[in-house]
Amino acid sequence: MIKKAFSKEHFVKLVLISFALSSLLFLFLIFVFILAEGLPLFHKIGLKNIIFGFKWAPTKGSFGIFPMIVSSFLVTIGALIIGAPLGLSCAIYLSEYSGKRLKLFLKPALELLAGIPSVVYGFLGVIYIVPLVRIYFGGPGFSLLATSVILGVMILPTVISISFDALMSVPKTYREGSFAMGATKWQTIYKVIIPSARSGILASFILGMGRAIGETMAVIMVAGNALRIPTSILDPLRTLTSNIALELAYATGDHRLGLFSTGVVLLVIIMTLNYIANFAIKRRVLK
Amino acid sequence: MPKLMGTVLLLLMVLPLSFGACSPNGIQSKKHTVTVAGSTSVMPFTEKLAEHFMVDHPDFVVEVQGGGSTAGIQACLNNTVNIGMSSRQLKGEEKILNQIILCYDGISFVVNPKNPISALSLKDVRDIFSGKIKNWSELGWIDRRIDAVTREEGSGTRGSFEELVMKGEEIDDGIMVQDSNGSVKEVVATDPYAIGYVSLGLVDAKVKAVTIDGIGPSIDTIKLGEYKIVRPFLYVTHGELDDSGKEFVYFALSEAGQNVLKKEGLIGAYD
Amino acid sequence: MRVNPRFIDKFVKIGLNCQAFFTVGILVAIVAIIFFKGSPYLNMEFIFSSPEDMGRHGGIFSTIIGTIFLVLLSIFVATPLGVGTAIFLTEYTKESWFTKTIRFGVESLAGIPSILYGLFGFIFFVIKLGMGWSLMAGVLTITIMILPTIIRTSEEAIKSVPRNLRIVSYSLSATKWETVTKVVLPSAGPGILTGIMLSVGRAVGETAAVIFTMGSSLRLPTSLMDSGRTMAVHFYILAREGISMEKAYATALVLVLSILCINIIAYYIMNRVTSKYS
Repeated sequence: MIKKAFSKEHFVKLVLISFALSSLLFLFLIFVFILAEGLPLFHKIGLKNIIFGFKWAPTKGSFGIFPMIVSSFLVTIGALIIGAPLGLSCAIYLSEYSGKRLKLFLKPALELLAGIPSVVYGFLGVIYIVPLVRIYFGGPGFSLLATSVILGVMILPTVISISFDALMSVPKTYREGSFAMGATKWQTIYKVIIPSARSGILASFILGMGRAIGETMAVIMVAGNALRIPTSILDPLRTLTSNIALELAYATGDHRLGLFSTGVVLLVIIMTLNYIANFAIKRRVLK
Repeated sequence: MPKLMGTVLLLLMVLPLSFGACSPNGIQSKKHTVTVAGSTSVMPFTEKLAEHFMVDHPDFVVEVQGGGSTAGIQACLNNTVNIGMSSRQLKGEEKILNQIILCYDGISFVVNPKNPISALSLKDVRDIFSGKIKNWSELGWIDRRIDAVTREEGSGTRGSFEELVMKGEEIDDGIMVQDSNGSVKEVVATDPYAIGYVSLGLVDAKVKAVTIDGIGPSIDTIKLGEYKIVRPFLYVTHGELDDSGKEFVYFALSEAGQNVLKKEGLIGAYD
Repeated sequence: MRVNPRFIDKFVKIGLNCQAFFTVGILVAIVAIIFFKGSPYLNMEFIFSSPEDMGRHGGIFSTIIGTIFLVLLSIFVATPLGVGTAIFLTEYTKESWFTKTIRFGVESLAGIPSILYGLFGFIFFVIKLGMGWSLMAGVLTITIMILPTIIRTSEEAIKSVPRNLRIVSYSLSATKWETVTKVVLPSAGPGILTGIMLSVGRAVGETAAVIFTMGSSLRLPTSLMDSGRTMAVHFYILAREGISMEKAYATALVLVLSILCINIIAYYIMNRVTSKYS
């Protein structure tokens, strides 16, 4: 009897080990593959030429992705400018000024919005935002401005949700103590609550940035995809992600490797953002 | 309750298996599949051909993807698909592929219907896309920047455009890029100040085709050789096609197939 | 000049109120637009007939099936792998280089843009492994995409099962596996299922990773090597090419309703158990 139980346990453990190994295999497959395909070009052409090169014409030998790095950062900052203050304000309103019922209704609503596919946001952006920009501001409408607006809206659920959690986790006693000393609500928020939720709020911004910089489909639809560094917010631009999507289907040889190199750059940026965000969250927990 | 949870988890893991199990049996052996991929210009017409073809051949399935001419050519070279679609001539190493001329198509330059300009010269077009002419006022309209749209680098339409119109001059890198004929047409249809180039077969009331050096693009002017910005739609194959693929290509080149294409605004392969 | 803090307080309250309203307004507008512009064209015929004439006519049946196949098969592969890995990490091993490596992989892959999955899937599965644009290439790619989420949420769920439950189980002389299946998993079940539902939602809306691996054929996929469209891919193509605004809105509506259903199911599961076990 005991022997039977023993081997069954053993069998199960083996199965689970194999599952874990397979997962590891899958997880690292994509990692290793992107690095393996992406790094060689850095050796061949030179890190500086790729990251700081101004011209992307891979069929003619130039792999400069600097305009696209700049564009990716610009849309991310634009998204933050629109999404962060608005999102934080909403989070503050929800945690400090609203009742239980609203809070209960909030979480599912935010999750639904976070779940709407990015192509839908892109579509609505093309139909409503792009013409608005073109008519009231000028330019073709497909622009840094339009992209920032769309991305700003897309990161709202992330920013609101995580900031809300951060604000709610500030102990009640902080608030009560502050009121006891005669502070008004806003003074309390401004001087006590926000500072103590600071790392969580920062984390929400950083994760929002991560989402914005990684967005592809919506950006392709509204950004115009021109290869030049935009000189105004009304100019069209192309991000790192859009470039991969536009050229992936037909790139061969070094061109294809160039796309992987772009992928490596993206990986580095996003992993850095993730680690910073996690670090910020861990600090809050330790506090 | 725990039992329910366990059952649900189990179901979730087993249910999809039943889908997987019932799909490949039987159906596959009776089905002939032809995979086609490539030019977004050729794609809607191949789809139309496929629809007609599959009505007469119910055990055939024709799968059509887009991706652009170069993508289709690459896919063909890699044996990822049976047939590649191209809207430009093959270049260099691509020439090892078999090419079959499906039909001919004109590239027409389109502007928004609200745009009063109806005539341009070839040089105008070249200058617009190379960035030399940036404002509509230089062409006789209002003082407003020209929102030019081009296709992505791997596009056959762009390739043909560069060969027939740009003739060596580079397309300005500040010009917007869209990755299919349909999306270029959409941009031009919604932006009054836009100009782009699309497949002639795609022109409809949403956009206005301009005349180039006095000649407007139409089936007649192309047949007469007056409108010269014309390119072939090609089906390319890597080596010999399998029987299913051959069936489809025979249909495409047959009178029935060619009529389908001509009805859509293309010029037949034999004209 | 010193401004009365009470005045600032009122001002801020109104300001925040407005911003909250504005945000809610945007979000409501998005759903409302899709609903009102899409529902006139959403009918039985739309759901049960396949696209014709590039999507100008007909419905989205083949894309619905494509979506269901892709998502269910991906879940089928990713769930045992992910949950099994989570069980292994929490119940069967101590902290070691192995567990740390897996966690590193899971953390790093979180937040990787979906286009990179598309890039990888296209070059590796479609071309190098010769699968072509196929359901199989799509399933494998989406599996890798959702695996980190499933591992992470499963681990969290399993970890949050109180130690006492396990101790009691062992003291009743249950084996490790019996404990896992009869005590830990049922208790962590809702958390795990929520993670799965989250992944389902993500896979349903995914476009970049799918269009380059599963492809965009309009035909109904009937085998693993067939290409096909998911609703999200179909919507993207309809929208981008201006093929049919009406069908685009209707497809968007179906997409949003699907996500809504998935979220409702996830919520239901989550709440049923929190109430039972709290």
